[in-house]
Amino acid sequence: MANLASDFVGIKSPNPFWLASAPPTDKEYNVRRAYEAGWGGVVWKTLGSEGPPVVNVNGPRYGAVWGADRRLLGLNNIELITDRPLEVNLREIKSVKRDYPDRALVISLMVPCDEESWKDILKRIEDTGADGVELNFGCPHGMAERGMGSAVGQVPEYIEMVTRWVKQYSRMPCIVKLTPNITDIRRPAEAAKRGGADAVSLINTINSITSVNLDAFSPEPMIDGKGTHGGYCGPAVKPIALNMVAEIARSPETRGLPISGIGGVTTWRDAAEFLALGAGNVQVCTAAMTYGFKVVQEMISGLSQYLDDKGMSLGDLIGRAVPNVTDWQYLNLNYVTKAKIDPDLCIKCGRCYAACEDTSHQAILMKEGRVFEVNDAECVACNLCVDTCPVDGCITMEQLPKGAVDPRTGRVVGDYANWTTHPNNPAARAAE
Amino acid sequence: MSNSMLTPGVAPGRLPPQTLADNFTDLAPPLDRHEARVAADRCYFCHDAPCMAACPTTIDIPLFIRQIATGTPEAAARTILAQNILGGMCARVCPTETLCEEVCVREAAEGKPVEIGRLQRFATDTLMAAGVHPFTRAAPTGKRVAVVGAGPAGLACAHRLAMLGHAVTLYEGRAKAGGLNEYGIAAYKAVGGFAQAEVEWLLSIGGITVVTGQRLGRELTLEALRKDHDAVFLGIGLAGVNALRAEGEERAHVRDAVDFIAELRQARDLAALPVGREVVVIGGGMTAVDAAVQSKLLGAEHVTIVYRRGREKMSASEYEQDLAASKGVRIITGAAPVRVLGGDTVEAVEFAYTAEGPKGLSLTAETFLLRADQVFKAIGQSLQGVPGGLSTEGGKIAVTGPGRTTAPGVWAGGDCASGGDDLTVTAVAQGRDAAMDIHASLMGAGAR
Repeated sequence: MANLASDFVGIKSPNPFWLASAPPTDKEYNVRRAYEAGWGGVVWKTLGSEGPPVVNVNGPRYGAVWGADRRLLGLNNIELITDRPLEVNLREIKSVKRDYPDRALVISLMVPCDEESWKDILKRIEDTGADGVELNFGCPHGMAERGMGSAVGQVPEYIEMVTRWVKQYSRMPCIVKLTPNITDIRRPAEAAKRGGADAVSLINTINSITSVNLDAFSPEPMIDGKGTHGGYCGPAVKPIALNMVAEIARSPETRGLPISGIGGVTTWRDAAEFLALGAGNVQVCTAAMTYGFKVVQEMISGLSQYLDDKGMSLGDLIGRAVPNVTDWQYLNLNYVTKAKIDPDLCIKCGRCYAACEDTSHQAILMKEGRVFEVNDAECVACNLCVDTCPVDGCITMEQLPKGAVDPRTGRVVGDYANWTTHPNNPAARAAE
Repeated sequence: MSNSMLTPGVAPGRLPPQTLADNFTDLAPPLDRHEARVAADRCYFCHDAPCMAACPTTIDIPLFIRQIATGTPEAAARTILAQNILGGMCARVCPTETLCEEVCVREAAEGKPVEIGRLQRFATDTLMAAGVHPFTRAAPTGKRVAVVGAGPAGLACAHRLAMLGHAVTLYEGRAKAGGLNEYGIAAYKAVGGFAQAEVEWLLSIGGITVVTGQRLGRELTLEALRKDHDAVFLGIGLAGVNALRAEGEERAHVRDAVDFIAELRQARDLAALPVGREVVVIGGGMTAVDAAVQSKLLGAEHVTIVYRRGREKMSASEYEQDLAASKGVRIITGAAPVRVLGGDTVEAVEFAYTAEGPKGLSLTAETFLLRADQVFKAIGQSLQGVPGGLSTEGGKIAVTGPGRTTAPGVWAGGDCASGGDDLTVTAVAQGRDAAMDIHASLMGAGAR
């Protein structure tokens, strides 16, 4: 078994799987259960300032998007930060950390955007024994209306300012949690770095309406006939999160800034993908909320097996795919593939045919007896057939070797060449 | 209760009433809403779907399943019923395992097809339970059509004709409409009076007058029907039953399986229905299985199906054979009856093993005896009372295209017509297609 021990900005945990700041980490009972189930760390649900705690709605807080067999693909929530008194949370954090010293415990914070509020809350959490703080600049619903959460995360100058305060008034590692509800994720990341953040974590949830009640004509979750946007998370947001993580990982301005990857991590494979794109660890929420804390066991065993199979350490995996994230213009236009259907695996559903014939390039032939074959002379290798086929591995993309003739274009497959030097590109530069 | 499974001879009440009631409940219970959604989610929405091609009525199966999956079973029912107005019964009695479900790509992928039949039932039951009849009649055409036989073919034909605006008189020989749906299938396949409910629902389109107790060759003549109507459709089924042609066949308690099945379907009290302790069913089709399984469920101690050819030649599907086996029916293949033994009543049947040779099936010298208090003959039915002027082919009314007989203005479909396969669903397709052809013929070229 590979060693999964993780050191993220000096915070040690037996594995890189942390529970994100969210409903599952709101109190001692849940967090103890999470640690018992094997989670390496926990980011305690966001604490606010001292005083009367926020209140939550008393109707439904979550909305959902389902796939086949009602499998939860996306979750949306309108829950606010912790609605329990600050003192209770602090007492519980101290008690849990004392009993689980080997596990990471980071406290998520969100207070009004003024220096005194931050100075005060940092003082209050000083003696809890927590390993670090995460600044919640991401929460997109409710708290944003009060000038906190994503309202801060959308203004890089605020991020920098608050981060600076935190680093000034605390010696704890500081992770800045970013909102994806912006145009370019690199700007808030740069701001966090300028402010002295030890790391960024992303993504927080995405502004969303998951469904509309077609009887009451209200967004869901519906509170007395009305709805508001919530924060979207779960497997459906993973592609968005991966891209944002990769952008920060490969940007010259933020390269090397530690990243805690968040967004739809459901299996070890999802986690490995985040790590490969530069995340130093991952945070999980929806998978736990869907299946319970035990899911971490599959993540642990799966990642261990993968690392063993590859002969890699956890450190070897982190960032391994970053050099391969590039701009479109640098993609090799002389890399030519053709779809290939394995007749032994094909179950003859014909979805590849319908997809190609109706919406793509008419490159699949339907022959006598529902035999489906790719016509290389038409196939542009778009991959849609692979994506629509219900049988894993039935349709594959086969690379034409160098020197072969592409029957579609009649051109010989040549060496690497990209758009920057392509004759059709008006801005083409001569090959160097 | 005085009788039991061990009571000798033919006796009623072999099982307690509760056991009987349990035995004759729905064989394949309906899917509830959750089960239907789970089952529907398995459909891949195939292109040019094999299931659709395998359906004699060409129901758009991927579409109706998608409609169930998206929470609109009523729309799914419309998709089904537009092609097959008896989609409710077909969902119950179709041998889906040899039709749509056999070719389901998930059968190829996992050996477990999408449950098309049960999903179809979920959709049609939902619509019928709401009391909705989704079709309306076109403006009256002034044309009158006689449909003879209110079985699946006749009902489908009558409904389509009525929908197109024609006035239909539906003649039926028995007391109730429905044909084999009402009289000819095992009770546990269509419980709760479904056949009659479906007939009533079908007739609610209007424009169809049902007249019962009217048989061709007795109360009715083709000549008179042709004179009084603009077109005639014959869906008279197969009223004759083939004989064993074995010595001693006339002994008491040697019966036609179809009569036993009809009697059971019509019985108000299953406990009053007599059945043998030792039952022998001769034949290899659905009728044989229906008779055998129901004998067992009524409390017969031993039930044996004997079929003259190999198991693979049985027209009862593998599913039906397995059902019989699961209920404790023994199936002997490759043997044919030579003598029915006994006094006034049957006591045993002597069988000879058969051999398949170049000249067909022959009896060998190897024989065996089966004890029998009751024998059901299920070796096929035959056409009776073909009206003069109609040609036959292979013992059935010869038809070409959509059921055109050799007599002008006369169409035929269902089991009585050539070219079918004795399936309810095929009869429905033939009745429907004949109706479309009748309509085109009555309204002139270009009518649809």
